Order: sequence, then C-alpha cells, then structure tokens
Amino acid sequence: MAVQALIPRMRDICGAGNVITDPLELRTYECDGLTAHRTIPALVVLPGAADEVAAVVRACADAQVPFVARGSGTGLSGGAMPHASGVLVVLSRMRQILSIDPVSRRAVVEPGVTNLAVSKAAEPFGLFYAPDPSSQVVCSVGGNVAENSGGAHCLKHGFTVHHVMGLQIVTPAGELTWLGDGSGVSTGYDLLGAFTGSEGTLGIVTKIVVKLLPLPEVVHTLLAAYPSTAQGGRAVSDIIAAGIVPAAIEMMDALSITAAEAAVQCNYPAGAGAVLIVELDGPAAEVEAEVATVRSLCEAAGATEIRAADDPAERAIIWAGRKSAFAAVGRISPAFIVQDGVVPRTSLGAVLATITSLAEQAGIRVANVFHAGDGNLHPLVLYDDSSPAETLAAEELSGQILDACLDQGGSITGEHGVGVDKSRYMPKMFSADDLDTMQLVRCAFDPAQLCNPGKIFPTPRLCGEVPGHRRAGLPAVGHPAVAADQAEIF
Amino acid sequence: MDAERTVVPDIRSALTAACPALRDGEPADAVGGRVPLFVGSPASTAEASALLRAAAAVPGSGLAVVPRGAGTGLAWGLPPSACDLVVDLRAMDQVVEHAAGDLVVRVQAGVTMAQLASVLAGAGQQLAVDAPAEATVGGVIASGTAGPRRLRYGSPRDLLIGVTAVRADGVVAHAGGKVVKNVAGYDIGKLLAGSQGTLALITEATFRLHPVPDAVAYVTAEFGPAQRAAAVTAVQSAAGSALLPSAVELDWPPGTGAPGATGAPGATGRGLRVGVLVEGTSSGVAERAKQLSELLASAGGAAAVAGAPPPRWGQLPSRGTVIRVTFWVSRLDEVLEAVSAAGVSAGARAAITGSAGAGTLYACLDPGAEAGTAERFVRALRDRLEPPDPSGGASEPRGAVVVLTGPEPVMASGYGSLPGAALMRAIKDQFDPEHRMFPGRLGTLEGDS
Repeated sequence: MAVQALIPRMRDICGAGNVITDPLELRTYECDGLTAHRTIPALVVLPGAADEVAAVVRACADAQVPFVARGSGTGLSGGAMPHASGVLVVLSRMRQILSIDPVSRRAVVEPGVTNLAVSKAAEPFGLFYAPDPSSQVVCSVGGNVAENSGGAHCLKHGFTVHHVMGLQIVTPAGELTWLGDGSGVSTGYDLLGAFTGSEGTLGIVTKIVVKLLPLPEVVHTLLAAYPSTAQGGRAVSDIIAAGIVPAAIEMMDALSITAAEAAVQCNYPAGAGAVLIVELDGPAAEVEAEVATVRSLCEAAGATEIRAADDPAERAIIWAGRKSAFAAVGRISPAFIVQDGVVPRTSLGAVLATITSLAEQAGIRVANVFHAGDGNLHPLVLYDDSSPAETLAAEELSGQILDACLDQGGSITGEHGVGVDKSRYMPKMFSADDLDTMQLVRCAFDPAQLCNPGKIFPTPRLCGEVPGHRRAGLPAVGHPAVAADQAEIF
Repeated sequence: MDAERTVVPDIRSALTAACPALRDGEPADAVGGRVPLFVGSPASTAEASALLRAAAAVPGSGLAVVPRGAGTGLAWGLPPSACDLVVDLRAMDQVVEHAAGDLVVRVQAGVTMAQLASVLAGAGQQLAVDAPAEATVGGVIASGTAGPRRLRYGSPRDLLIGVTAVRADGVVAHAGGKVVKNVAGYDIGKLLAGSQGTLALITEATFRLHPVPDAVAYVTAEFGPAQRAAAVTAVQSAAGSALLPSAVELDWPPGTGAPGATGAPGATGRGLRVGVLVEGTSSGVAERAKQLSELLASAGGAAAVAGAPPPRWGQLPSRGTVIRVTFWVSRLDEVLEAVSAAGVSAGARAAITGSAGAGTLYACLDPGAEAGTAERFVRALRDRLEPPDPSGGASEPRGAVVVLTGPEPVMASGYGSLPGAALMRAIKDQFDPEHRMFPGRLGTLEGDS
C-alpha cells in the first residue's frame, strides 16, 4: 500500500516515463545475474540524476519503504534482487563519463557507466581503469563499487576499492554527500573503504571518482598446458616464489577446457588436464626479464606445451576460452551453479582434491575455472534442473565446496559478494560478535534499515538509540521484532 | 579526593584481575600531558578484551582508554581529553604466522616494523609501508602511516586483509581473513585503519606482502628556485609514466630570508628537488632509471641516478607544525603557489615535502612559529584550496588541508570541513557510544561530546 501511494511523487521526481508500474514490465527486473533468486519489485524507478536519486530515497525514507539499487543487473549473488514491497532504483540512465583529468589520472563517472566504457574513454590519454570483472562489457561501475569487484587482473592491480578515490552517495536518509576527499588519502574514518563492497546496503552511489593507471608499455601472455591441475598449481607457486607478481594467473581444468572448446573453439592444446594463462604487464625493461623466468618455471613444472602472445589479437585468442568459460558450460550441462570461494594459494591443490572427491561422492560434475594467483576458485557445479533430486544434490555440493574453502582458512566469496545467496554462510565464517560489529556500520548509515534490507547478514541488528549521543535527523527506529520482544536492543 | 581514594583500589583490583600486567600510571606515561591512572599491558586478545570489559564496567561512565604502541605517532593528532587507562600493546609482539607461499603474514599489534621486516626478509618479502622502524604494526594501522611508496603500494588500509579488534565494550571482533581476495562482510579493517584508536583496540592484523625487489634506484633532479613550473612538469610526467616509479617525491626547503614578502619557499635561493624511486629486476631498474632521468632532464632539471635515497627522503620534521595537503596532481602548481602565498600572508616560512606524484604534500612550519602564525597560515591555505562545501557540493572534492601536528589551537581546527563528517560522527557513536576510546583525538569529527 505504502509503495503505491508513492507513485505520484516518483513520477514528479523522475518523469512519468521513468516510473514502471506495469506488472509485466516489473517482472523483467525480478532478478539479477543470479536467477535462482527472484522477487518482483513493487515499483521500479529510473532516476536520471543524483538529485533525483536523493529525492527518490527521501520519499522512500519518509514512507518507510525499502529500496534497492540496481546497475546493470549482472551481479551473481542476488545483491540487486528487489524487495517485494519496495522500490527498485535502476541507475542505467545515469551513464555519463563526467570528466577525465589525464594529468591527475582521475575520471569522474556516473554509476550506470559500464566498466569497459571507462577504459575506452581513458585510452586516448594512454590510461586505463584496472578492475576488469569478466562482465566488464555490461556491468556498471556503480555495481562494481557495491560489490568491490575484482577481475582477472586484480592479482597485481587490486580490487575496485583500490581504485575508487571518492564517491558521491545518497545516504539512506536521502541526503547527498561525498565520501573521501578525491585524493586517495583518507582523513578521519575511511568511509570510502567501508562503503565500497557494502553491497548496496549503506546508500546509493551517484558519482564515482576513479583512479586511472598508465597503459602498460607491454603486455605479454603465456598459455601453458599441463597433464593435471596439480602440475599447473606447482608452476603458480614457483612463479610467486620467484618474486614475480603477474597481472593475472588463471587456470582451467579439463572439463572447463572441453566446454570452452565447444563454445568458442579457442583451440587450447588437445587433451590437456589443465591450462594456465599467465599475463605479465608493465615497463618493457621489466617484462622481458620476467617472461623468460616465467617461461622456464612453467617448463620446469612439466608443461606439455607453451604458447606466447604479445599482440592484442593473439592475446584475445588465448583469453577467449577463459572469458567464455561460465557461459560455455551451458553447452555441456542444462544448468549450473557458479561458485565463488577463496583459499590460500598454497591450499589450491588440497581443496581441488577435496572438490574432486566431493563431486564423485555426489555423482555430479564440477568444472573448475579459477584465479590461481589469488586462490579464488570458481567451481561450476553442473546439474540437470529437471531433476529435483539432482538440483538439491548440486546445491548441497556447492555448499560443501564453501565448507572446504573455510576449512583451509579461506572465504565464502572472493568477488561475487554475499547478497541473498550466501548470507546463511556468514555465521560459518564470522562469529555472532563479528557480525554484530559489522552491523554497527549499518546502524550508522541506515538505522531504519531500508536500504537493500535482507542482504549480507542472516539476522539484522537492531539499531538502538545511542545513549547520550543521539543526533537530530536520524529517523526513529521502529522494528516489529522489538515490539514483539523478540530482539534485544543494544 | 576521598571518593577517589576509596574507589581507585577497587578499580585497580578489577583491572588487575582482567590483565595481570597492570600498574599505576607515572609521569612518563603521560599522553598529551595527561598522566593515566593505570597502564595495562595485555599479553593476548583475551586479556585485552577482559581489560576493556573491566574498564567499561567502572561505575560512572567507565574509563577513558588510550591505546598505544611504541608512541611514535602519539604526538601526531590532538591530545586525549581524558586518559584514565593506557593500554600498551607492546607485550603482544608475536609474528603469529608467516605464510610465505601465500605472501601473507599475521601478527600481533605490538610487533615492531623492524621486527616484522627482519622476519619477512628471510623469505625475500616485505610489508610495503614506509614507517618508522620502532613503530608497532598496530600503531601504523591506527595512524594510517604511509610514505613515499604510497604511490605504488597505497597505505596500510590497502595492505590490511584481516583484523582482530576489541571494542570499547570489550567485545572481540574479527573482519576480513587471511586471503587476499575476500568480499565477505563489511571491511571493518578499512574503518580501523587511520581511526587513531578512537573506534576499537587493534590486537592482531593480517597483511598482504610483496616481494623485496631485486634492485632499486633513486633518480633525482634539482631545479632552481625559479624553476617551479619545470619541477611541477617533472613530477606530473614521472608519476603518470608507464615506467611505473614506486615513488615520486618533491622536497622544497624553506627560504632563509625574513618571513613575509620573502618568506615563500625558495624565495632566497633554495631550489626544488624531485626524487623518483624505481623498483624491479636489476636490468629493468637500470634501464627505467635511465629513461626516467631523461624524462626529468627534459623537464629542465639536473638529473642523477643513485642507489641510495637523497637526503630527507620520506622524512617529516618531528617538531613544529605539519599540515598535510592532498590534491589532484594536475593542481600541483596551484598547491605550491597556495603554500607560498599562505606563507606570505601569515608571515611564516614553510618547507614543502612529500609524495607530490601521489597528490600528498606536507607543509612544515618551523617549531619557532607562533600559534597565531600557524593558525593564519592554515586558514589562508584552506581559503585557497578547499571547496566551500566539501560534503554537499555537486562537484567532487579534490583534496583537503589537514593539520597533523602543531600548537593545540591549530590542531583543534585540524580537520577543517571534511566530506562525510556527519557519517563519521555516527560511526563513532555506534562503536563507542560513551566516547571512551581516545576521547578528543579526532576533535570535531567525534561530534558534540
């Protein structure tokens, strides 16, 4: 009811054509890249500017209606899954690159700008934007900020959080504010660091100041084939032990190679048990020395074949297989789950062996694609979704893989986020006190908990009044669980 | 006084039960002139937790707690407004786990940078933060210390991947983990980095490490006092070069003439030095250093390559007033002009040094400068460099003017008007509702208590 009452105000703010109420149209927003979780939003709005986003959020805050931000909808953890009685704020109309300062190596962009568009706009200045999630052609920078997105090249260049220098956000109370002074040096509390990766639960990003890097003088890519992932893994360890930090080290196992071959004919060495892709970038004088070292380490680890690419066309051929891997398994399986776990790099061998035996026990195939350099695994659990039993078994196996990662001291997500998908695993990784402490941040930003509620945390923390320091302007907190005496007020 | 005499023994025994290494404070323990009632040295996170629980339970409003490591950063920031209990982390000095193959280390907060460096050096690895050797890891995180190599490696927040901290109420919280790539949950480590001990007590940290480079070279170029614009070009082109220097520094000592019209840096003949650090393989570094020295020379400087850093590399004066100016590198000349002009209008002589290529410079007034002079200098600098409304403006902020140390009245205005200040106050209220963790340290950012 409350949401319907907001429609006229939303039309005033965004323009009638940018407020979606038609049930069929609403349905197109029911999920993000994680299609297993679906909820039809009560209302979709497409604001065109920062002050419109602020007005939309203020309207929601006034009416105590939950709201969820959405960029391109490519997230893989349901972070942008709508709220059934809430407003979905779609930022795809805000896609301007506002400025580029090549001397400062900074760009200011709107949240709906796609990741790749930033690098394309920077290229004429000899610069690029480093974070490169596989979905970079379509995913939005605003979404990248929410998820602290990585990508194949974050091994050397870092994650989104290392490249965001300033953010303009709309707070959950509907106020526009900047976080960070734009310089990359934090003063006071690092709100920029806390906000980046908060999965849309602390506010909505309306402008982003990103750092750009000089385009590398040279990029050199090697593909090495191995009989097994264990041998490929040895090469990875030897490269790291040699003090080399490549831009990327990626590995695919036999099943994912087969799938990629079927999809894009990437022509990887036939019969390989694993392929390793190692990319080195930087000043020519450094990369030349590193390439020779990496090549000899790859050979020493038992490579059956090594291919090299040093021009963009050859490089694209090598990467084609890797970048298509997720979609490619669709060719060899009716359905699949993309898992995202992390282990210490030195535990890769152990956890891969565990995954193999878990998969055998479950009678389910798992294709492994991973960012080997930083221990980030993407096991693809293949199953037939027409069989309820197999679907259940696949979900169980997927969960067991996360347990195996945690057993090695790893993480339940390296880049896809917790969202709705993994909140139930959070208590396996963090204690109740840890989760409670994280939610203090939530309470500071969003005491009414209207901003993307139900994500990340399995149990919301109630944001009680802070004794003696309560400030005007924070809305009163009224949570049904408090009234029902089911929850403790801090 | 009578009340205090009867109460203090009770408090002492409660704190001692929590943390056996507890003693009465002495004048040497003073922080910002305040001698604490007690100094506790917990040996573990569990003891630290018990100690803070006991401090929170003290009748009235609990004890004001000041965390400390080696004390190298204590004078950098406002003094505490109250200081009942100093928690000294130096007894927690264990390197818990160095996973060399994973380039990760987990340490207790009291480990010193020197101690850590010697452990890591055995595996050819390093924690890539420029900080004093005697500083503790916990102190480096809490103060957000970073030096010249911030251009390449960032600051402690960029290298911290996991943290254990004790809240004001004694609750132990972990965030992050021991893997480099991890987006599970809010990144509390980022929030604690640079928080100056005002949110929680950091007891353990896990860092991403880097290999120690095979070779390093320092390329320096000297520019005459009239060559400011050329030095600016040199900094900008080196910092944006695909030769990827690890540091691009600027050092401009103050003029030696009388303050006032001749007080601008360099006004009496001091030149500017641009220093560039290159790290990598031995052949690669030699070639890149050669190319960078050509780059600096083409801007008009007299360039040279050396294996050791130039004088004052990464060093800040230990006394006087130090103001950090952050900026977009395209504004470097404007910043240098503003510092000069502020010096003229305030009658102060300022040295300028710092990571110009990373958009961070320090304006240093000599210790003899009076508080009034320093205040005028800071105000003049802010007028020239800070936007009128850094939080709410439509355009992005492009830097800030922050007083790191100086006479107390100058420090009190230390943060000016920072973007997001209202949210910072809300964070403080949530983590430390009674404002007992290093109270007063962040001045206006802590709110109205």
